[in-house]
Amino acid sequence: MDRRPRSFYVLATVFTLFLLFLYGPTFTIAILSFQGPEGGLTFPMRGVSLHWFRDLFEQQAVGDIWGSFGRSFVLGLMVMVTTVVVSVMGGLAFRKRFAGSGVLFYLVVTSLVIPSILVSLGVGLIFSQSGLDVHWATSGFGSQLTWTLPFGLLIMFAVFNRFDKSYEEAARDQGASAWQTIRHVVLPIIAPSLIGVALFGFTLSYDEFARTLLTAGSYNTLPLEIYGMTTNVTTPVIFALGTLTTAFSLVVIGVFLASVWAMNRRRARQGSDAGQGMV
Amino acid sequence: MTALSKNRRLSGSRPASLLAQLVTGRTKNRHLMGWLLASPLALVLLVFLVLPIVMIVIVSFWGATEFSIYPAFQWDNYQFLLTSPVTYKVFLNTFKYAVLTWAFTLTIGFTVAYFLAFHVRSLTWQIALFLLCTIPFWTSNIIRMISWIPFLGRNGIANSTLMSMGVIDEPLDWLLYSDFSVILAFVHLYTLFMVVPIFNTMMRIDRSLIEAAYDSGATGWQTLTNVIIPLCKPGIMIGSIFVVTLVMGDFITVRFMSGSQSANVGRLISNDIGLLQYPSAAATAVILLITVLMVIGILLRFVDIRKEL
Repeated sequence: MDRRPRSFYVLATVFTLFLLFLYGPTFTIAILSFQGPEGGLTFPMRGVSLHWFRDLFEQQAVGDIWGSFGRSFVLGLMVMVTTVVVSVMGGLAFRKRFAGSGVLFYLVVTSLVIPSILVSLGVGLIFSQSGLDVHWATSGFGSQLTWTLPFGLLIMFAVFNRFDKSYEEAARDQGASAWQTIRHVVLPIIAPSLIGVALFGFTLSYDEFARTLLTAGSYNTLPLEIYGMTTNVTTPVIFALGTLTTAFSLVVIGVFLASVWAMNRRRARQGSDAGQGMV
Repeated sequence: MTALSKNRRLSGSRPASLLAQLVTGRTKNRHLMGWLLASPLALVLLVFLVLPIVMIVIVSFWGATEFSIYPAFQWDNYQFLLTSPVTYKVFLNTFKYAVLTWAFTLTIGFTVAYFLAFHVRSLTWQIALFLLCTIPFWTSNIIRMISWIPFLGRNGIANSTLMSMGVIDEPLDWLLYSDFSVILAFVHLYTLFMVVPIFNTMMRIDRSLIEAAYDSGATGWQTLTNVIIPLCKPGIMIGSIFVVTLVMGDFITVRFMSGSQSANVGRLISNDIGLLQYPSAAATAVILLITVLMVIGILLRFVDIRKEL
């Protein structure tokens, strides 16, 4: 390997600074959340304690954190499953041009670029004017899908653009029905990408704020609860909450990435033996 | 004899007609199949995207009292909006945020993507560092905003560091709750949206093109401006679409990071919503949507999204 040019070191420094910029603040609040009971929102640390984490478990101090966490978690799972199923079906549909596919595609793009507050406002208005109650599991669920589905679908486009159609042709030549081809050939091949779609579905829902603002109803999701806290909580308890939810997100991301990795390894081990022959 | 020739004629024509039938049959089948598979997607978008937009457009013509809204067809909301100097100031401010954020995220995002794609040599390292850049995208934006407070406050890390270094004598007030902190938060939140698509297009550039440029005597800088940047244009455009629309539609970052001291269009809408002035909020929303779609329309002229994924 030849010597690295000077530009490498310059760019590597820029990259490191970027990572510091990206993660620095999060690490800072993680440290500050262990602030002693007398400590404030910034350094210096006045002792080290779990005081603010303990506060999170006392309902009166911070409101209904655990209830809203539960709702966000369930909603995240609902959105995740729906996003995966609908995106795969949509991705399969878009592989062939059908009447109206262009219009549908532009709707997907619109869904991606429309300011979130418009979805919130529009869905909220529809529900209130038709006398329905907004609820996180109905109107909130639907509003979040308008954000997660375009991401899921774009990933599926990327996947199918790279998909080798000869696998399907081989299956069909051997007499597999359309459903069998999808079930036993297409789905197993795209499975790791589906985990990616699921990751997007869950985390985007779990962190979504603007689209649920007017559509969640009287029971808050976690981001709405945190948003409420930013206006009236001036103690490090909000850092403790931030640290906990970020840690939770990191665990979720870790689980997803680990399963992609495991799946790819398994595939490398047991995968194709084509060309090695049994003869 | 006649029977035979008739037979032959039949058998001659049959495959063709059969083929035609098969083809037409399959075309119909194809459209049906496409819609069956796309129907859940279409349904969700219809109910939670198209109908809400229609509803907003309708309500933007309604009237409002202090406590309720009533159906009407009046242009009052638009008239008020388009004749108020506040509207133009706020829209101008929104564009200012969008352009500044776009410039910073593009510069930083391009540099980071360039380093990852052309200077990191092993694929494993590329993937690992790329993931490191994208992980914050999957965590909470609100928390990431809050985490700037200990840095930028009057007694925050930035001020105390600068003061102990002797650069300044008293704390800077404009670090938090100012345009500076708003842009900083936007750049912090949205640079990933530039890094990912630009990195994606860079990875697909044929490396022999770059070698060819060097072999023809181009300097590193010339290769960058004449070969790499033009080939990255689709990625740059997709990243720009994300950043511009996210910033233009934002209301929470501006509210939080400016300490409610600056306004953008999103805040105008959310303030009206807070006051239950839904028709006025809807009219502002319609204008915002038209503006955003026009910007996107211009950007989309430069790129075919589906081809680039």
